[in-house]
Amino acid sequence: MSDLTKLTIAEALGGLEKGDFSSRELTAAHITAMTASKPLNAFITETPEQAVDAATASDARRAKGEAGKLEGIPIAIKDLFCTKGVLTTAASHILDGFTPHYESTVTANLWDAGAVMLGKVNLDEFAMGSSNETSYYGNVVNPWRRDGDDSALVPGGSSGGSASAVASFSAMGATGTDTGGSIRQPAAFTGIVGMKPTYGRCSRWGVVAFASSLDQPGPMARSVRDTAIMLEAMAGFDAKDSTSVNMSVPNFEDAMTGDIKGLKIGIPKEYRIDGLSDEIDALWQQGIDWLKDAGAEIVDISLPHTKYALPAYYIIAPAEASSNLARYDGVRFGLRVEGEDLNDMYASTRAEGFGAEVKRRLLIGTYALSAGYYDAYYLKAQKVRARIAEDFKQAYLNVDAILTPTAPSAAFGFGEKGDDPLEMYLNDVFTVPASLAGLPGISVPAGLSKEGLPLGLQLLGKPFDEETVFRVGGVLEEAAGFTATPTDWWRG
Amino acid sequence: MGMIIQGATGDWEVVIGLEIHAQVTSKSKLFSGASAAYGAEPNSQVSFVDAAMPGMLPVINEMAVEQAVRTGLGLNAKINKFSVFDRKNYFYADLPQGYQISQFLQPIVGEGKILIDLKDGETREIGITRLHLEQDAGKSLHDQHPSQTFVDLNRSGVPLMEIVSEPDMRSPEEAAAYVKKIRSIVRYLGTCDGNMDEGSMRADVNVSVRKPGDEFGTRCEMKNINSVRFMQQAIIYEANRQVDIIEAGGTVDQETRLYDPDKGETRSMRSKEEAHDYRYFPDPDLLPLEFDGAFIERIRETLPELPDDKKARFISELSLSAYDAGVLVTEKEVADYFEAVAEGRDAKLAANWVIGELFGNLNRTGKDLSDSPVEAKALGELIDLIKDGTISNRIAKEVFEEMFDTGKAAADIVEEKGLKQVSDTGAIEAAIDEVIAANPDKLAEYRGGKDKLFGFFMGQVMKATQGKANPGVVTEILRPKLDG
Repeated sequence: MSDLTKLTIAEALGGLEKGDFSSRELTAAHITAMTASKPLNAFITETPEQAVDAATASDARRAKGEAGKLEGIPIAIKDLFCTKGVLTTAASHILDGFTPHYESTVTANLWDAGAVMLGKVNLDEFAMGSSNETSYYGNVVNPWRRDGDDSALVPGGSSGGSASAVASFSAMGATGTDTGGSIRQPAAFTGIVGMKPTYGRCSRWGVVAFASSLDQPGPMARSVRDTAIMLEAMAGFDAKDSTSVNMSVPNFEDAMTGDIKGLKIGIPKEYRIDGLSDEIDALWQQGIDWLKDAGAEIVDISLPHTKYALPAYYIIAPAEASSNLARYDGVRFGLRVEGEDLNDMYASTRAEGFGAEVKRRLLIGTYALSAGYYDAYYLKAQKVRARIAEDFKQAYLNVDAILTPTAPSAAFGFGEKGDDPLEMYLNDVFTVPASLAGLPGISVPAGLSKEGLPLGLQLLGKPFDEETVFRVGGVLEEAAGFTATPTDWWRG
Repeated sequence: MGMIIQGATGDWEVVIGLEIHAQVTSKSKLFSGASAAYGAEPNSQVSFVDAAMPGMLPVINEMAVEQAVRTGLGLNAKINKFSVFDRKNYFYADLPQGYQISQFLQPIVGEGKILIDLKDGETREIGITRLHLEQDAGKSLHDQHPSQTFVDLNRSGVPLMEIVSEPDMRSPEEAAAYVKKIRSIVRYLGTCDGNMDEGSMRADVNVSVRKPGDEFGTRCEMKNINSVRFMQQAIIYEANRQVDIIEAGGTVDQETRLYDPDKGETRSMRSKEEAHDYRYFPDPDLLPLEFDGAFIERIRETLPELPDDKKARFISELSLSAYDAGVLVTEKEVADYFEAVAEGRDAKLAANWVIGELFGNLNRTGKDLSDSPVEAKALGELIDLIKDGTISNRIAKEVFEEMFDTGKAAADIVEEKGLKQVSDTGAIEAAIDEVIAANPDKLAEYRGGKDKLFGFFMGQVMKATQGKANPGVVTEILRPKLDG
């Protein structure tokens, strides 16, 4: 039965519909795989019994002809989404024992579509990180290893558990959240597809907030089509999220026509950063050629403010986080470390409850918003952000989508990025600009590095034009023909 | 009249500005659907949003926006079609989010002005700086447990309007008049119940002193004052404290102070150095608040006649004095009552009855107009009985007391007690003849030139008729008989 885990979501939906297997069987196969993947530490909380119950109910619905869009598909949920009655941690000590009495809109939409939850997956603490090394629940390990090298590699972050679970065939798909690249970069590091929708496409209600103006839930799976199917189930206007946009959700799968003739694809010169590795550069050129061969027109474009994106992001995101995370104060839920008085209790609780990276960002953010510094940092960063959005707007007058690498390197080893947070932050250099502009983007696995690690290419689209992103993404995926999978060393 | 403090170095002028926090009349909270009603069991009206559970998001309550716009219109203020909600960040146990959602740089309502009513019907214009919407915090209960503090989040997220005045007031009386006027306006508008006891209205009072004509002095802010009387006491204490400091060669520190009504003094809460850095920034969970002119006009069309307009109308159309008009319009309920009494009647007489007898009896019994035993219609009927000569003004007062105590109709009381005025000339003439016959010496004195004795005879006749004789008729018959 373990072959069932190798199916894509689209294939599994077909098999379920034909009656080749049941959701119970499909789910059981994934529970086995999930259990076997413990060395990857992808899951914080496994919910196998609930999964079996949900699969049983799903089979019953399908038998009655009431199958939803994701009927019977076992998926993993990033542990940033609040799930009713199931521990929700944000990978932080400070949320110890927090079990929500509510279900996030996105996960509720998924359950309405028939999806089955296998468990809650690991992430960087409060989604702050690009390597999944900041989780209170330990590092997530990338299923991929370098050729002839047994050392463990990071899966990227922050949706590292989601990426590892999907890449290791423990889940057919997973939810992620992307604030500055947290879906796209780990997807690239693990050889899967990760889609960040337009800001406002998916509701943030019930998703533990990191940086509210940037956070956006999205799907991660092993094919572009699978992410299209998932996103259709996840997306939609939600009156409970004031930043959710009231637009109908298109049939994203239908958008994958395979035909991109005449589409204009922009290649931003500013993304040819200093020190870009030859293999990333070569892969990018390969991607350009594939799209050209498929009939697209390649257009050189300029996004002049790109180099300011990373500094602006690392002001805005921590600033918002410093306020968003104030609610973790030990008063109402999660960890409380008693103190002499209220302030002492706050200090002790937050000192013990938050990890080093979260503390770093809260300090940066608090500083950036302080009296006397606000104009120089936060306000200026917001101005930069507006310029970056304007860059894209201008570019999209001439092109339909933009092609770039997803990350400046392949997956790296634990601790390899050293103690310099700036070096770590550079991982987001290609993903952050689109986040600041709120644009949709997808990472598609496009090749292997010379060390045998997956590399991704990123496609960016116009606001709320995920359809074009999926359409071009499908063509890119087809051309790349990426079929490599990691060896299943973790099964021992 | 400004308050002048006579110091050792000369006269000092007091400068006062107020920030009034008015709870918006609204069924639900500013950013959640939980009830905003007062007085429920602790923590029984708390949504996940109000408790700042992870992943919860605020959604603006449109009703609260309408109420803020309505209030802005009532304050003759500029309505900002574009405004922004900001986060005011600070830690406190009853502030679950760790920030209050408020409006900082771009409030929903900008500059306006109101007239305050002073003694003798005089008015003064006071500038409104702005009005903005914000959430209330929860309530810390320190008296429930010897070592622990309990938190009630029912108030958390309740919508407030903060109405900020210009530093235009110069005396405690003016500050009091300002608070009363704001309260009157919001009550007319139905945007705040103005109930200071329940905390629906409270004021932060900024006080400074200066030599007349000088620049403004350094101000101190006294937080959360919930009665007009305490506010006046606090201003007097604080202004004198500042004068004493300056005259002793010191300087006033800008700080937040607390007024202690038991001790009648203010004391320092936190200095400027200890002041919070609130790290205001636009709330990324909320879009800027935008509406069009049509939205404002729709609200404007539903505005009631406000106290100043009503007062002007009472003076010009009903010929009331400025004082009477001012008294009658303060509370909308009183104005409505008065108008119902005055409808089709002598307005001045109606005003006298409402302000004199009705208010007097309400005060005497500690009742509000809403529980007055005498309804407007009943008072109107009593006035009609005076006007048509059925009873005299003096008898009417007796009848009113009876109405107030029993709730009976005026006509019934007059009937039951036989208080009808006697205009029957035969009966009156008989009574007059008796009185004259019984007082031959007084008659002689009158006829000898003591005109004043007319009143004596008049009184005797009224007494003989138990006050029911129509005084006009008595005069008509009595004078020729006395004159012989």
